[in-house]
Amino acid sequence: MTERKGIKYARYSLIGVLILGLAVLPQIITNPYLLSLFTFIAIYAIVGIGLSLLMGYAGQISLGQAAFFGIGAYASGVLTAKQMWDPWIAMVAAALLTGIIAALTGGIILRFQGHVLAVATLALTIIVYILLVQLEPITGGLSPGLPGIPRLSILGLKLNKDFHYFYLSWAALLVLLFLASNIVHSRVGRALRSFHHFYGGSEQAAESVGVNPTLLKVQVFALSAMYASIAGSIYAHYISYLNPSPFGIFMSLQLMVMVILGGLRSLWGAILGAATVMALGEALRAVVPMLFPKAFGEYQIIAYGVIMIVILLMAPEGMVQIPRIIWAALRGIRSKESQAPQLASEGVVAQRAEKGS
Amino acid sequence: MGFFDQLLQFALSGVGVGAIYAIVGLGFMIVYSVTRVVNFAQGEFVMLGGMVTATLYAAGVPLALAMVIAVIFAVLVGALMQRGIIHPARNASTVTLILLTFGVSIVIRGIALLVWTTDPRSFPAFSGEKSIAVGQAVVSPQAIWVVGTLAVLAVALYLFFGKTMPGKALQACAVNAPAARLMGISVETMALLAFALAAAMGALAGIVTTPLTTTSYDIGIPMAVKGFVAALAGGLNRIEGVLLGGLVLGVLESMAAGLISSGFKDAIALVILILVLLVRPGGLLGGAEAGHI
Repeated sequence: MTERKGIKYARYSLIGVLILGLAVLPQIITNPYLLSLFTFIAIYAIVGIGLSLLMGYAGQISLGQAAFFGIGAYASGVLTAKQMWDPWIAMVAAALLTGIIAALTGGIILRFQGHVLAVATLALTIIVYILLVQLEPITGGLSPGLPGIPRLSILGLKLNKDFHYFYLSWAALLVLLFLASNIVHSRVGRALRSFHHFYGGSEQAAESVGVNPTLLKVQVFALSAMYASIAGSIYAHYISYLNPSPFGIFMSLQLMVMVILGGLRSLWGAILGAATVMALGEALRAVVPMLFPKAFGEYQIIAYGVIMIVILLMAPEGMVQIPRIIWAALRGIRSKESQAPQLASEGVVAQRAEKGS
Repeated sequence: MGFFDQLLQFALSGVGVGAIYAIVGLGFMIVYSVTRVVNFAQGEFVMLGGMVTATLYAAGVPLALAMVIAVIFAVLVGALMQRGIIHPARNASTVTLILLTFGVSIVIRGIALLVWTTDPRSFPAFSGEKSIAVGQAVVSPQAIWVVGTLAVLAVALYLFFGKTMPGKALQACAVNAPAARLMGISVETMALLAFALAAAMGALAGIVTTPLTTTSYDIGIPMAVKGFVAALAGGLNRIEGVLLGGLVLGVLESMAAGLISSGFKDAIALVILILVLLVRPGGLLGGAEAGHI
């Protein structure tokens, strides 16, 4: 009991420190590139949380988040730049649109498991990308793209400085994180875990107690799509210009690596993963051209691939494991997680069932 | 050119393209049936086959030798992948395995990007460029090589699985791995063999299509997706199904590109994928039980 309280205390104080840190960050960091990096971390982390809910809790793999991110961004962009809608209403509309699309496609593809689901979600990303490129009258395609997306404004204060978006995206992140956390710790969360075999559940068993796995899967899929959509809308208003190129397979992969690296079964993992991957990307951009002068393009993907492989083989719980291991070591207890690396095999983990974020 | 002549032309080019998808699909099928792993890196073997051959040829190596080396290289990569990553993770969850093969595919692609940059590569067609007329349509001789390769591979696989000991051993592992082990078959060796075979086939597909379509560092993913569609159409375990699926996909894609717009061409494969999954999840030719290659 005391241990639980101790962990809770540490957690809350960490959150407090984080919020304080975030509040002051723009004062300390004056380099605009660095500030924008942090803003992007928050934006991607929002998508990551949605993906984490989907993969870590509902157990469904999705390589399609980039598609929803793109739909949200373009919906916001087109509605505000071309149809002159109010940006906030457009954002809500975009999220609803994305949610509906996700619910419909999810209804079709979520009946599949494993590999087929992965390919189907990948297919989604590719189809959406192709549509964004080809439907030029609406989206502007690859060139000229969609320029002139208006900035957001809150209660009359126009958000046209970079640090405004820093605060906006982190605030949105924290709110959405809170929401996701509530879901995880609610009846819905327990229902999700009841059919996810990692937690020792099974679909038939869940159905026998009145849980409807298919419906829940579609709902979480739609929710994760809406998270991605909101992030996309913020992204659109932040950079004011859209082009289909980022919203492809590379982004879906990047998001996947973020969530896995951070820790699938922890919502904080999404934030941690996003921060680490972005930092890594920057580090690579600085270092690789020195070693391979002719290199250009997205060579960071090698690192992403290697990270993914290493994490999956060695530390499937992701980076989020580390504080727990340290905490347990400090208390002189050998934590179960720090035993020889286990793979996420079905049987192993009834023990871990209660340790989810 | 009359409308039907156009259709004929699309159909013919589609067969050439579809044959490649079928070969890639066969690679997926072999690996899946033995190891229950869908190897997303399959497309990268196709890329490696073409790129390595092109690079060697450009460096002065005779074409035939370059092709052999390329295939061997792909097989080594496949074997390395199996031993180094798939085998240690053999008890992991499906999601983990998917992500692992995905991880490998992005590593291979990333390295290819660094080594070869984004320039497309090619090498000469095997028997010249002179098109052959079929009615009002034309066919490139290389396309005939492609279809011929597919035919030879399909027959070879049939014979391999049906008549040879290693082939039967592979089948045994696909049907029931523990039972196979009890019979003295080393499942681990069979898994390695499956990966090696799939890599070789992927590389061959890449080699034979490069003179027609050129190749570049990033053809892996579209190849993998389309090959997977072909494999799914075959229920992941029937050679005839994979052939049919690949050819149908190729022809439909070619028609769509010709009649609608080439930009949407890649989307066709994916829509077909979803349709197949919805309507005949067991494959176009009906669901045979797992393992019956």
